[in-house]
Amino acid sequence: MSNRLINWFKFASPQSFYPLAGKMIPWFWALTAVFGIAGLWLSFFVAPTDAVQGEGYRIIFIHVPASWMSMFIYLVMAAWAGLGLALNTRLSGMMAQALAPTGALMAFLSLWTGALWGKPMWGAWWVWDARLTSELILFFLYIGFIALQAAIDDPRRADKAGAILALVGVVNIPIIYFSVKWWNTLHQGASVSLTKSPSMAQTMLWGMLLMALAFWMYSIAVALMRVRAIILERETHTEWVKELEAVKR
Amino acid sequence: MKPRHKRTALIVGGLVAIGIAAALVLNALDSNIALYVTPSEVAAGKAPQGKAFRIGGMVKEGSVARDNLTVNFVITDTAKDIPVAYTGILPDLFKEGKGAVVQGRLGPDGKFTATEVLAKHDENYMPPAAQHAVDQAQKAQKSLQP
Repeated sequence: MSNRLINWFKFASPQSFYPLAGKMIPWFWALTAVFGIAGLWLSFFVAPTDAVQGEGYRIIFIHVPASWMSMFIYLVMAAWAGLGLALNTRLSGMMAQALAPTGALMAFLSLWTGALWGKPMWGAWWVWDARLTSELILFFLYIGFIALQAAIDDPRRADKAGAILALVGVVNIPIIYFSVKWWNTLHQGASVSLTKSPSMAQTMLWGMLLMALAFWMYSIAVALMRVRAIILERETHTEWVKELEAVKR
Repeated sequence: MKPRHKRTALIVGGLVAIGIAAALVLNALDSNIALYVTPSEVAAGKAPQGKAFRIGGMVKEGSVARDNLTVNFVITDTAKDIPVAYTGILPDLFKEGKGAVVQGRLGPDGKFTATEVLAKHDENYMPPAAQHAVDQAQKAQKSLQP
């Protein structure tokens, strides 16, 4: 292992990850602020009014990034959980646990902003179509993961149970993403995808992408803060935690 | 095989199994997951009989007629048409030539009585000037066709 350029296994130990995360957090908060301010400014002052929906369409600047994050965070969470299950690394379970609340928040935001948009545009707060229902299931998966982990006292067993739930739930992610293609849904198809040019005006697109970046940075910053708290909590009995300046005081 | 590799193989195998199971379930549920049927499917007799269901399609150009509080219009998928009657408030995005989903019952005379009308928005977002240009281009194209 020692001939590797970076020793990844070193950072898999909570003891060395804790200070590293601490150093990264301010940077991610700064990036959140930069992208967030630029994104909001573009979204509200530069992007033109939509021809059909009027000003109401501006909810996509929150709705779409939140939906993307809710799906992506789940994949990352499940990947960490799977890694923990396969390799028995301590940090993996903590990362999965740290990501879950942020993912749940994103899924909730996605559902809530969608409802606010749906009422004036579609004429309904909620419709049981495939896209909306699978996103709701994603929200429940997050809540279920959090509840299951919290219900088991032994952190190792809690991680294992949570990991299995998280991995089974991964099936839902492609269903959410492709639901608008596979079935007749009220929810429109993707405006932005990897396979075709985006079907929206340039400034709208930039506003949305900047907001997505801001959501990314926010999620990373918050997850790192949370994982630091989890590390301290789970490793309270260890020597290195007792020797931390912040803990001694 | 190291235990670590064994566990990884087990997890990957489990995920593949879950994936296949989910694919089979979704395949079996296919027609039940669809939020609406199209007018062609209704014409082919695929709509549930004597039950409320949803039809999705375009509101036919020039078909919207108001009679007091009742709105009559035709929903179409360009192949088949279905006349719809609806009493109530229409959503803002409801327009001729745009997508809509109607919920209600099909009468014996082939007329659909809707209890709910939803507007379906497409994935295009553009400023009014661009929309105007697109409309003009489409009109020009139409007038070119015989």
